[in-house]
Order: sequence, then structure tokens, then C-alpha cells
Amino acid sequence: MRFVLELGRIAAFTADVARAVVTPPPRLGAFVAELFNIGVLSLLIICVSGAAVGMVLGLQGYNTLVRFGAEESLGAVVGLSLIRELGPVLTALLTTGRAGSATTAEIGTMVATEQLDGLRMLAIDPVHLVVAPKALAMIAAMPLLSALFIVCGLAGGYVVGVALMGVDAGNYVSSLQNAVDFRDDVLGSVLKACVFGVLVGLISTFRGYTCQPTSAGVAAATTSTVVVGSVSVLLFDYIITALWGV
Amino acid sequence: MSRGAVPLQETPVAFERVTMHFGTRPVLVDFSCEFPGNRISVVLGGSGAGKTTILRLIGGLIQPQHGRIWVAGTNVVGLSERQLYEVRRKLGMMFQGGALLNSLTVYENLAFPLREHTRLSEREIADRVHATLAAVGLRGVDHLLPGELSGGMVKRAALARAILRDPQILLCDEPFSGLDPISVKRIEALLRRINQERGITMIVSSHHIPSTMRMAHHVVLLWDHKAIQGTPQELAASPDPQIADFFNEEVHEEGVREPQHTPVQRW
Repeated sequence: MRFVLELGRIAAFTADVARAVVTPPPRLGAFVAELFNIGVLSLLIICVSGAAVGMVLGLQGYNTLVRFGAEESLGAVVGLSLIRELGPVLTALLTTGRAGSATTAEIGTMVATEQLDGLRMLAIDPVHLVVAPKALAMIAAMPLLSALFIVCGLAGGYVVGVALMGVDAGNYVSSLQNAVDFRDDVLGSVLKACVFGVLVGLISTFRGYTCQPTSAGVAAATTSTVVVGSVSVLLFDYIITALWGV
Repeated sequence: MSRGAVPLQETPVAFERVTMHFGTRPVLVDFSCEFPGNRISVVLGGSGAGKTTILRLIGGLIQPQHGRIWVAGTNVVGLSERQLYEVRRKLGMMFQGGALLNSLTVYENLAFPLREHTRLSEREIADRVHATLAAVGLRGVDHLLPGELSGGMVKRAALARAILRDPQILLCDEPFSGLDPISVKRIEALLRRINQERGITMIVSSHHIPSTMRMAHHVVLLWDHKAIQGTPQELAASPDPQIADFFNEEVHEEGVREPQHTPVQRW
């Protein structure tokens, strides 16, 4: 019963956010600021993590492929793994931990210090001013961060495979080029990243917006964002893969 | 009484048989009271009696389980958030902690609602913001963030934001809490002056009896989930010994506090 009620509240909240996004005036300044907070400030963690994952994939992939004499396919293995799964999923998990939790904590603190009630009493809709730009920025940033993660991963795999393990550079790139299909793989990856962006954006803002107005409430909401956001990303990853084979 | 009708011209805010529970805990039960126009009303009561709840109900920030709440001629119970915004344009609220936006400077906190709701030029906005800040005795704080202000300055900045758009009704939630005696008297004088100069109906929640006795025209005492109303003097002279004690003990406690002349230590 409580689960159904919670789903109903999330649905109503989603409708409020969607309405706020299309209601004038557009909050472009707030959106750009949030895009900076969520996107630009996540660049370092995304680049470093992407490169590290690509390097591990390169190493593990090479050690496995070399047993079958197929080490020339390393580019395809690294590329497909990153584009279809690891890029969007790990980006979403990292963004949930870094930007999602920060979003929840910020909105939650505004709830606890009555800043959102203060806006309501000024006849200013806090969903329109505070929540919608954050959710929208999360949705916009996720595919871009995912793409960056994949590029860094491919570079990491290249460094390990080509520079360290001696795989031919031309083979690495050509196997990658031949294996990756733009519609099935690249667009599928973008679709996943967009869905994860919607999930993390809504979960992080909802948790902050509905948290108990105490410091313990803000802490619990922040933890909940990371847990619920991460599990939701993994579950939806399976659902998207099972339904569309992406 | 149909929605939209004005209950009484001289009572811009009225509660009609309002019941409010938080979970299973009753706060207001069949609660009725009226707040006179252009006067300072103080809502008194012990901790947890429902003083802040009264103000939040008037602002439509929470909804009661039963009853009607008339604010400037509109019953705010059951209104949608969009409808409530129309009512809130007639209200100003000074929150206990200020509720200023932490990420904006004091100037931006005041200019922001004007940019949202008016077509004033930036110059006109600046003039109005500075005039309002001067009216509450704040100068040279434009560029400061709320976190850089003292408790009393935060209260005054919050009051400036609340009166900036000339509301019909001003709600003040515990304006004296956490302040030293000098700041209490300064805020008290400020509220009285704003009431006299602008004729704004003020509803102040407080448990500070000495200030209430000095500034209130009308007192609503929250007692056993109900309202007991009257002038401060009437309530202080109540035949009910518990109510009279509520006033007199606190006045007495404050009254016996003579100025302390600490002898100067000479070495």
C-alpha cells in the first residue's frame, strides 16, 4: 500500500515537473547553472573513471582474446562493452553518487530551512524555479557525460592494447569501426543515457523535495537517492536491454 | 457562506471550526477565531501549541482536515497551489529562520520577487529595495549573503522581503526567538512602526509575553487546542487562574530582572 502511494506521489511530482518545464518564463539562467554543476563539475570523475575502465577492459580483453588468437578484435570488445553497457550504466551510477546526491542535499536543505516555503509565500513556484532546472539539466547532461565516458574508455583501451600489449593500431580501430552499428549500438546507448538521466533527475529532486525538514531527514533522503537511483538504473538497464536488445 | 464572499470587512483573517491533526496528534480542534484588520494580533501559546501551524494554515502551506480559513475574503481550504498563489500575493511572511535564499545576496533576495511579479526597471527595483532595507534599519548589506548576517539582521532582512510588496496581511513567525533583549525591542518597535505607518494587518506568533503586552492590540491564546481571544490586558486579568498565571508569571519573571550593575573590578 505504501509502495503504491509512493508511486502515485512520484507520478504527481513528475507531472508537476513536466508542467513547470513548459510553463513560461523559461529558467534558462538556472538551467545553465545546473548544467555546469552537474555536467562540467563531473568531467574529472567521468574522464578518469572512463579511462580506468577502458584500461581494465583492454587488459582483461587482451588476456582473454589472446588465448584464442583473436587479439586483433580487442577494439570491438572494448568498444561494444563501453557503448552498449558500461558507458551509460557507469556514468549514471557515478552521476547519481556525485550530482544526484548533491541535488537531493541542496533541495532538502532548502526544505529544512523553509526556503521553498518562503518562495511559495512570495507566490513563486519552487518546482518551476528550483526543481525543474535541476531535473532538466540532469537529463541533458547524462548523454553527454556518457559519450565522454565512452571516448575516454576507448582511449584507455587503446593505450593498454596498442601501446602496452602490442596490438596493431589499425586493427584496433578497424575492428571497433566494423563492430559498432550506429543505430543499434550508438543510438541505443544514447537512449539508455537519456532514460537514466530522467530516472536520476526525478529521483534526486523528488527525494530532496519530499524529505523530512530536519538534518537527519536530509541525510536519509541523500542516502535514499544513491541507493534507489543506483538500483533503478540497473533494473532499467535490464528492461531496456530485454525489450529493445540494446 | 460561499467561497469568494468576504466574511467581515474588519476581519481579514478568520478561522471557522478548523481541525488540524499531525498524524494522530491533534493541534487544533474545532478551532475558531478572528484577527482584526489593521491591528497587531499576537498568537500565544506554549511550545507545540500550534502557533506556527496557525500561520502556515493562513498561508495555505498546510491544509486542515476540517473547517474554513478566510484570508482576505477567500476560503483557502481546498484551493489548488495555483489558486493559493493569488491569495499569497496579498500576504507577506517573515519566517522564524528568515527563509532567505542562501545562494543569493540580501539585495538579490529582495529584488528577485519584484522581478518576478512586477515590470519595474532595474533602477526602480534598486530604489525600492534600498528604501525597504532602510525602513528596517539595514544599510550596506546589499552584497552580503544571508549566512554572513547576524540573527537580528537576518530577521530584519526577512521582514524587509515580507513587506516589500506592501502586503495586506503580514505573518511573523516567532520574530523575537533567539534574539538578545536589545534586538527584541528593535524588532518590536519596527513591527509597531510598520503597522502604524502602513496599516498592515499583522499576525505574530510568539511566546514572548513582555513584547506581547507592549505591542499587541489583540491576543489569541492557544489553550487546549482552542482559542481564547481578547486584549492583552483582558487576558492578563482573566478569572481563570491558569490563564492569568500564563501572562503574569512571565511578565513577573521579566519584570523582576533589574538592570545588573556589575561593579567594576579595580586592581
